[in-house]
Amino acid sequence: MTTEYQAVIAEFEPIIGLETHIELGTNSKMFCSCSAQFGGDPNTHVCPVCLGLPGSMPVVNRVAVESTIRMGLALNCSIAQWCRFARKNYFYPDMPKNYQISQYDEPLCSDGYLDVTVPTENGPQVFRVEIERVHMEEDTGKLLHAGGAGRIHGATHSLVDYNRAGIPLIEVVTKPILGTGELAPEIAKAYVSELRDLMRALGVSDVRMEEGSLRCDVNVSLNRQGEGWGTRTETKNVNSLRSVERAVRTEMVRQAEQLRLGERIILETRHFNEETGDTTSGRSKEEAEDYRYFPEPDLVPVAPSESWIEQLRGTLPEIPSVRRARLQNDWGISEFDMQSLVNAGALELIIASIDAGVQPSAARKWWTGELTRVANERDCELEELTVTPADIAQIEGLISEGVLTDKMARSVFEGLLDGEGNVTEVIDSRGLVVVKDEDLLVEAINQALSESPDIAEKIKSGKVAAAGAIVGAVMKSTKGQADAAKVRTLLLEQLGVKE
Amino acid sequence: MTQGGIDAEQVKHLGKLARLELSPEEVADYTLQLEQILGAITLISAVAADHIPPTSHPIPMENVYREDIAVRGLEINDFASGAPSFEDDRFRVPRILGEPG
Repeated sequence: MTTEYQAVIAEFEPIIGLETHIELGTNSKMFCSCSAQFGGDPNTHVCPVCLGLPGSMPVVNRVAVESTIRMGLALNCSIAQWCRFARKNYFYPDMPKNYQISQYDEPLCSDGYLDVTVPTENGPQVFRVEIERVHMEEDTGKLLHAGGAGRIHGATHSLVDYNRAGIPLIEVVTKPILGTGELAPEIAKAYVSELRDLMRALGVSDVRMEEGSLRCDVNVSLNRQGEGWGTRTETKNVNSLRSVERAVRTEMVRQAEQLRLGERIILETRHFNEETGDTTSGRSKEEAEDYRYFPEPDLVPVAPSESWIEQLRGTLPEIPSVRRARLQNDWGISEFDMQSLVNAGALELIIASIDAGVQPSAARKWWTGELTRVANERDCELEELTVTPADIAQIEGLISEGVLTDKMARSVFEGLLDGEGNVTEVIDSRGLVVVKDEDLLVEAINQALSESPDIAEKIKSGKVAAAGAIVGAVMKSTKGQADAAKVRTLLLEQLGVKE
Repeated sequence: MTQGGIDAEQVKHLGKLARLELSPEEVADYTLQLEQILGAITLISAVAADHIPPTSHPIPMENVYREDIAVRGLEINDFASGAPSFEDDRFRVPRILGEPG
């Protein structure tokens, strides 16, 4: 932690709030039957409803409502007995209707909480984040800015693809999170991470952050001890766990600088720059936004019955925190170790690797060791690496068959990480095959012995420990492609020495 | 502004929000019309009781859902010609920034 940040904490108290948008993994869109799949050729998942053509009428996707209710239940929310959709009116070409169908004063779920765990100097600490509301809405289309290097600034015109318009979106809004102190950035990150895991466990979204299926708006304000709440800023579209943490920290430091200079914080939206970690001023919110919300006349109210809610409650999976406790116990690791692999973003990858047939200890070793190191070096998330749980299963299989040594496995990982192809391709292109031919090995052993007759004598006289030097020489001459244990056995046989 | 009423400034603001360019005559006209509508609503508000939920739709109806099945919608040829401008399979829209807010 930087001393700069420490100084901010010594002088100010942060208040944060998070608004998280998550695309649901339904087959079809929120209000029409178009495919809700990511991507696709531009404007091929569209119909009169999501293109906003006159006379078209929306109809609510049942699974989207069920997913939102299940999410609400998992977040300990109350589920509304009766609620409506609302039109949020604004003019921007990402919505062809000139309004977005959302929920306003009648969200489907409200007043819940999510417990998150953050690492501290005194061990893992549980922090309760209160949830204000969970509501349903639709995603917007995608703009491509032409001219001006793809940015909206300086663009001559924009091109719109409405495939994403109308994809079901859940918005989860926290209450202001107070009392975090210096842990504000970590709590923000842990909250989004926990939310993501919960969505995945519920199976309502695969939450691929790199595809933008989870986007976070980060609200931050600072106040001096004993003073009222400061003015907040809202940093929009923060799209990775690391960025959430960085956005909170950056904004705290920036606001503290302003406040120390006696300047006031402007109520505004800010943009987060993923590369530099800075935030830049966006649109001012001083003039309150006026979306002229009103109840959507084209949709009837959503009024989930008690029995429907209870039936959905019955489908809730083991929640991630309970699952973590169970796995920690199964694997026989400490809470600290569990927490650090969660923080590294390794838990789901380890589980997926185990599901693919890897031993738990081996799965943990690769993901928390070598791969975490590379992810840190490259400043990216573990899951962004070009290594999959299936690759690890394949490599581990080859190790146990004796086709690869541990050292060669590392080389395969290197190849995978550098994008040299799949496991088989990397093994081929790097020529990674264990030398199994005993004649070749014996030849290499004899060569090594003849180069170091003194060591050969030592071993013969019973100093078996000296064998290491010869094994090393053989490994070197075979470019690491021999099984060291095998070489040792052959070497001792060759000299007629017993262990 | 009187209780339940509306003044010309508010009508101008609404016009701005709705991206409507209103002439002074139109502002006067709409102010009068909206006054009348709001007057009617004030009348209803006077008799609306707490135990009567606001009417959202004239026909009481709830929970109308569609099953989650994806169906192919329109082909680009079906709608591209209806757009003011269409380019590279996308709708072309004028520059967004630098226009009056």
